[in-house]
Amino acid sequence: MRPRVAFAAAVAAASLLFACGVERAAAQSAQDRPGSVMSPQPASPPREPAPKSGPTRADKIKLGGELYATHCISCHGPDLRGSADGPSLIAAGTAAADFMLSTGRMPIEVPYTEEQPGPPSFPADQIQALVLFLGSHGAGSGPAIPVLSPSHDLTRGRVVFEENCQACHGATGNGAVAGFGWIAPPLPIATDEQVAEAVRFGPGIMPRFDAHAIPQRDLDALVAYVHALRTPADPGGWSIEAAGPVGEGLIAFAIGLGTTLLVMRLVGEGTREEGRSELS
Amino acid sequence: MIRKLVLALDDRLGAAPFLRHALQKAFPDHWSFMLGEVAAYCFIFILLSGTYLTFFFHPSVQQVVYHGAGVPSLDGRVVSDAYASVLDLSFQTQAGLLIRQAHHWCANLFAAAVVVHMARIFFTGAFRKPREINWLIGLTLLLLVMADGFTGYSLPDDALSGAGLRIAYSIALGIPFLGDWIAYLVFGNSFPSPQFEGRLYAMHILFIPLALAGLITLHVMILWHQKHTQFPGPGKREDNVRGSPLWPTYAVRSTALMLATFGILLFLGGVVEINPIWHYGPYDPWTVASPAQPDWYVGWLDGSLRLGPRWAIYFGHHAISTLFWPGIALPLTFFALLYAWPWIERRLQPDDRYHQLLQFPWQNPLRTSFGVAALSFAGILLLAGSDDIQARLLSVPVQSLAWVYRVALWTLPWVFAALAWRICVELQARHAYADEHPERFVLVRSAEGGYEEGPRLSTE
Repeated sequence: MRPRVAFAAAVAAASLLFACGVERAAAQSAQDRPGSVMSPQPASPPREPAPKSGPTRADKIKLGGELYATHCISCHGPDLRGSADGPSLIAAGTAAADFMLSTGRMPIEVPYTEEQPGPPSFPADQIQALVLFLGSHGAGSGPAIPVLSPSHDLTRGRVVFEENCQACHGATGNGAVAGFGWIAPPLPIATDEQVAEAVRFGPGIMPRFDAHAIPQRDLDALVAYVHALRTPADPGGWSIEAAGPVGEGLIAFAIGLGTTLLVMRLVGEGTREEGRSELS
Repeated sequence: MIRKLVLALDDRLGAAPFLRHALQKAFPDHWSFMLGEVAAYCFIFILLSGTYLTFFFHPSVQQVVYHGAGVPSLDGRVVSDAYASVLDLSFQTQAGLLIRQAHHWCANLFAAAVVVHMARIFFTGAFRKPREINWLIGLTLLLLVMADGFTGYSLPDDALSGAGLRIAYSIALGIPFLGDWIAYLVFGNSFPSPQFEGRLYAMHILFIPLALAGLITLHVMILWHQKHTQFPGPGKREDNVRGSPLWPTYAVRSTALMLATFGILLFLGGVVEINPIWHYGPYDPWTVASPAQPDWYVGWLDGSLRLGPRWAIYFGHHAISTLFWPGIALPLTFFALLYAWPWIERRLQPDDRYHQLLQFPWQNPLRTSFGVAALSFAGILLLAGSDDIQARLLSVPVQSLAWVYRVALWTLPWVFAALAWRICVELQARHAYADEHPERFVLVRSAEGGYEEGPRLSTE
């Protein structure tokens, strides 16, 4: 192979590699976006006792108890105190219960592995029943499901986010590695309620932020800001799937240098002998 | 009229003989000789676009309340004047965002073009006597481009580059024994220093560009004086240069390349977002985000820091910090080796002759192996700089990936060097064989349409 052919082949191969990387990053990112693979969860049902026409609170707790006995008891035990296969739920809080069930993290297949978010295993009314059951059987004294008020204070929400959240979830909220195999998940897949619940009880290795750390008004503002992160403004054009300087470097080589090399190949070879100049 | 003007100029400057000579200067007909030109055109573009940006940028960390239309989540926030002015020039200035993005893309392409240009120079032995000086200047230019890029992306005072500056400050502190004084001298205060923004700006738009311009001029003057190298080929000797004349052939080609380079940069600046500081937010020293990477040409240093060992050595009150090994010792050694390579090569392969003809990479296994090792070493560091992003894509713990890179960093360059050596030797053997038996490489088609090897073999 002539050297310049080898050179061109190497450049082509490198560009292809870069392209694959970008595509992979794009695919990954598309998965992280709401509405593509995972749709946002339906809004949580109202927490108050249902209207008179529907089942009563006692009915729901009874249904929740039946569901618990079918799906949860083998790990968390008959009295919620846990077993060799699962932690105690005493004082775990309803925020944790609703978050774990509505994000599909629970029930888990293999005990003590990292829970993976996904479509919830139960419809919304059954989740509500389970949460009511747990709350009335010893889990209720932990962080409760936060009651959110609409906020428009994006500026405050952003400050709270920058100081408490972006170190793990990233400036754009698209998530990042959090060490030792843990992932701080992308936030756009979570509902406002799930974001608030996670703040209050701290799933996985995430810290727990109580009302002293993040007061209720800050939490409302934070939830509004995280909601706004779902539709980022990218006036500069294609955001390279928010890949930051890594994506920018790949583009600089693949498109910037790649196109320049193509132009060089086009204009760089003047092989006609008659035009030659010679200096000694 | 043009003729009159030219004659008038010649009458006063006596420039005609020089011009006649210059316009007929031979430029070798190989595309890879244009890599350096791309770098030069990037320099022109970055000067022009940067000048436009200076009209609107405020190099000050004075605190202002931001009320621009661009970013609702920053409305009413107290930010630095520098950060606010970059937001304003992005959102409220005619073509501001386009020029700012093209300027930043240009920095990325500039560094890429310099690196690839130097790889061509290195692997073809173009740095050999008498061109060692231009090799040294070229390496210095690469360092200056990196420095100008780093100072440039630090200027907007956003959270991402602020974290980078903090790392730079820590590395300065990590200089053995003198670190405290040097850091204080450079930053003018303990971090985050209010004086530093102005100093960064002076370095970025004045000192480093001036040094670049001076060295580029010297680089080209030496090239002009020494003339181009050329690949071996028919009619090409050690004592001539064959190629297209500067005027009209080469000048037209080079202009086309310049326009294409500018076009690509403006295209990228127009459609691909770069350094969206409105996502990163203003810099507060107590905040940080993840993932966080520098621009690619600094990424290998970030990777080095990520892989570095936890060796801290104490001498009484002084410490050799853990940052010393990956942040100072490694890059200094790496560049010292590159600077010294022309002389290392001459020591290992004694050769005091002048060289105008290039070598193909396979003709010098020693050099090619070293180059492959150095490039792969830097490449692994660069990859390690984004290990957190890769860990997420691959669903493996980032610590495991860091260990993979630690092992790869000290083994793979040797493996690649050995492979390169082997390939060079094989190619040498093939070329030697081809020289001895040229007929084996001649195919003859018979009247019936069949193919046969050259005549001598067919008569055996």
